[in-house]
Amino acid sequence: MEELNGGQALIRALEMEGVEVMFGLPGGAILPVYDPIIDSPIRHILVRHEQGAGHMAEGFAHATGRPGVAMVTSGPAATNIVTPLCDAYMDSVPMVVITGQVPLPAIGTDAFQECDTTGITQSVTKHNFLVTDAADITLTVRQAFHLATTGRPGPVLVDIPKDIVDPMSPRSATGWDWPSDAEVARSLPGYRPATTGDPAAVEAAADLLMSARRPVLYVGGGVLKARAAEALRDLAELTDIHVVTTLMARGAFPDDHRLALGMPGMHGNYTAVTTIQRCDLLVALGARFDDRVTGKVAGFAPEAKVIHVDIDAAELGKVRRPDVPIHGDCRLIIEDLVAAVRRRLDAGTEAPERREWRSTISGWQERYPLAYEAPETGDQLKPQMVLEHLRDSVPEDTILASGVGQHQMWASQYWRFRHPYTWINSGGLGTMGFSVPAAIGAKVGRPDRMVWAVDGDGCFQMTAQELVTASAERIPVKVAILNNAYLGMVRQWQEMFYEERYSEVYLSPDLPDYVRWAEAMGCVGIRVESPEEIQPAIDKANDIDDRPVVVEFRTDSREKVFPMVPSGKSNDDIQVPPFQAGGGVGTGDGGH
Amino acid sequence: MRERSSGPGAHHVLSVLVENRSGVLSRVANLFSRRGYNIVSLAVAPTQDEQFSRITVVVDVESAPLEQIVKQLDKLVNVVDISELDPRHSVERELMLATVAAPPEMRGQVVELVQIFEGRILAVTHEELTVSLEGHPSKVDDFEEMLRSFGIRDLQRTGRVALPRLSRTPPESAVAAG
Repeated sequence: MEELNGGQALIRALEMEGVEVMFGLPGGAILPVYDPIIDSPIRHILVRHEQGAGHMAEGFAHATGRPGVAMVTSGPAATNIVTPLCDAYMDSVPMVVITGQVPLPAIGTDAFQECDTTGITQSVTKHNFLVTDAADITLTVRQAFHLATTGRPGPVLVDIPKDIVDPMSPRSATGWDWPSDAEVARSLPGYRPATTGDPAAVEAAADLLMSARRPVLYVGGGVLKARAAEALRDLAELTDIHVVTTLMARGAFPDDHRLALGMPGMHGNYTAVTTIQRCDLLVALGARFDDRVTGKVAGFAPEAKVIHVDIDAAELGKVRRPDVPIHGDCRLIIEDLVAAVRRRLDAGTEAPERREWRSTISGWQERYPLAYEAPETGDQLKPQMVLEHLRDSVPEDTILASGVGQHQMWASQYWRFRHPYTWINSGGLGTMGFSVPAAIGAKVGRPDRMVWAVDGDGCFQMTAQELVTASAERIPVKVAILNNAYLGMVRQWQEMFYEERYSEVYLSPDLPDYVRWAEAMGCVGIRVESPEEIQPAIDKANDIDDRPVVVEFRTDSREKVFPMVPSGKSNDDIQVPPFQAGGGVGTGDGGH
Repeated sequence: MRERSSGPGAHHVLSVLVENRSGVLSRVANLFSRRGYNIVSLAVAPTQDEQFSRITVVVDVESAPLEQIVKQLDKLVNVVDISELDPRHSVERELMLATVAAPPEMRGQVVELVQIFEGRILAVTHEELTVSLEGHPSKVDDFEEMLRSFGIRDLQRTGRVALPRLSRTPPESAVAAG
């Protein structure tokens, strides 16, 4: 057997898993693993903060479908990557994180830069490992990638004590052994990811699809994770059923399709929200009935029978008890559903007349389109207007990454997604600061695509330093800051629910100076203060391909995100923008 | 008698087969606390196959959250198998150690009680006795209750362990049915 040390074995194992790029930052405990990187074809991107490494790995995974890989040292580096782990766990992002750990004899002694990494990350990872023997490194790496990418994807952490990878330590001596798929499966006796669904349940679901009068497909991020966008389109077109795409599923169904209804939920559009509320059959595909979608659960889609397809059995019945639960892979099950429906159509079965339902839906669309008021004065920038300009000025396969808050909701609302994997955001955890590093990771994974980050000023200040990484590594991402000088979503809640008592929410429009900050980080910085400057700035940014660009848009700080279902309220209590209100709006009966 | 650990109410007994490696118990226990479920008792030891351990856990929940607990437990990579043991179709045992006040004038009564319950006396001093009792958890409950009147100085119960009850079907009828 070939002799090598644990660090070499680890890097070679990553190569064997097909890793071409990893994001990280070295430090004491992980030093021995960084040495063989010099001789490896793997591209390592040196971040400026470990949180950036984690979000870049997530962005890479979102954009490519391949697992993102991050490597950092022990202690504070490990705690800095906890947020991305939790983010990836909530949004089911395949990611493998390698952390250094103090040498085995020092574990438990409160050694320098020691922390209980596997203990801390236990509840924010799909699984984690503390490797105690150099001979276990290759099997553990294989297990980690297998777990991260199969079943419901998620983050897996591998904690590596220094002495099993350090050639100076006798514990690091090992040989090269590459376990087979069968050995990996055997080594995980408690792990049996689901694949195909129960055929009887598929038949029962097909019967419901053929008999419902007011059906709707409620599509979640699981459809993207399962690479099921094509199958979904087949199902929607075959059954002629409308589709809502959740925040995590934007792009899974083209927004310009006649059956597309857009995003449901707290800031979903009126038609998507109300179609779910009034449907008699809710077909949940890879969606998890998140509280931001359901509003008050007791009032959610009250008349609907529910078909729920999910790879994670624990999601079935967690929030809403389905009439037909189907446990398995979304793509396989949607394909089975298409076949089952087609058999019924071929046998002459007809779905009930749904003309009235369709006209009700189009009535809602006409009456309550997504809309915002024109600026009161000619020189004001509405954030939605900025996004519309940006949307109409970039290639249709542009990847859009977003931070968290008002700008995220406006981006999801006003973009027109035409392709899967063009929208990257932090849905479950709602991690401010996600967009800049996620966009960098996406651009590394898809250098052929234009990548824009839409960010708020609050978010930008949390992770902007990764633009130094982007400049140094020549990763030409583009960032649009919607600078409203506030933590905008918090401001909106304080205005609406705290009697306009604005507590600790003001950030200032010009501290920091975003243009000079961008330039200091090696980017091109552009400031836009009036509507006529929007288009030239976007055109200029789109033409720059050798460095990152930051465009700061000074937007109207009073603008709020509408529609809105107030927290804890039923979706029937949806509030449309004030200028659309009146005439029965907000009672959920508009269009009847 | 009291239904502290033996009643059919909201107590459920889960038998969880796990990989026998470090950290697994912590993962199981962490899952309960993270999802807000209360563990009544928990016993863990390796099975006949040293690769695996069996955790017998008694949880205090209604049936709907129980389904979530089972499904969430099943997601743990180190959890190999989970079954809920119906008390009517399982054998359950628990061990208790107790140190009881037993001054000379009372000692006879304590010894008599231990004999009635078929417990054992493990240690004696002038003022105290340490006794053990193994049995069905409800029997252990009863014994503990009776000991209270003498004054319990120290007490440790193991938490229940359980296995499915063997079928009483005679072999010939099993063949006929099969």
